[in-house]
Amino acid sequence: MKINIKYENDVATAFLTGEIDHHSAKEIRSQLDSYIIAAQPEVFAIDLSGITFMDSSGVGLILGRSRLLQECGGRLEIINPQPYIKRVLRLAGIDVKLGMRNV
Amino acid sequence: MKVLNEIKITMPSLSINESTARAVISSFVIQADPTVEELSDIRTAVSEAVTNAIVHGYRNTCGNIEITARLLPERVIYIKIRDTGCGIEDIEKAMQPLFTTAPEEERSGLGFSVMQSFMDRLGVKSKIGKGTSVIMRKKLGGLGE
Repeated sequence: MKINIKYENDVATAFLTGEIDHHSAKEIRSQLDSYIIAAQPEVFAIDLSGITFMDSSGVGLILGRSRLLQECGGRLEIINPQPYIKRVLRLAGIDVKLGMRNV
Repeated sequence: MKVLNEIKITMPSLSINESTARAVISSFVIQADPTVEELSDIRTAVSEAVTNAIVHGYRNTCGNIEITARLLPERVIYIKIRDTGCGIEDIEKAMQPLFTTAPEEERSGLGFSVMQSFMDRLGVKSKIGKGTSVIMRKKLGGLGE
């Protein structure tokens, strides 16, 4: 799993590459939380274009980061999910709760 | 029912083995020439079942997870994932969307919902103190239809 966070035009974007499952979610959570707590971004986007697999552990990861951002006064955006990942996100209602878009 | 091919693997309930299970099942299912979507569905369902065994079946202990995969006639994939962990007290409740006994680990409670949505059939057998077996089937339709 690789995580690359860029800050541009008032939006912090985390580009994730690899697979999100229960095993990898722990490390991703730790890295994203460290950044969010330190930087307190108003808008934090997770770019899923480089994710080749995601199960419901990714749903917990996304909802947890959304809660943390709300506590910090920010909000989460989900961008560029692959079709097979969209199915899991839709099952969890993330498309409605947070919105998903391609950029 | 006649079994055309079968594999059985046993692995310790280490979270690193979630990806191992997906890789092994993918390699087995490939012989039936699934579509990309079908393969993705099966990988995701297996990942959910193995994660359940690790997180809920064995909790903070370690045990073995046994995976059986079969290729049945008419391109039906059968998968059984068995643990000998703590078992499920109330299967009906456990299968309700968003129900989880591990919210502190940010479990979404969607494991069984994903298995139900992505596979054609899902069965769960469990005994307290004895363990849990999850049996799933999916008929591949990409070539035959």
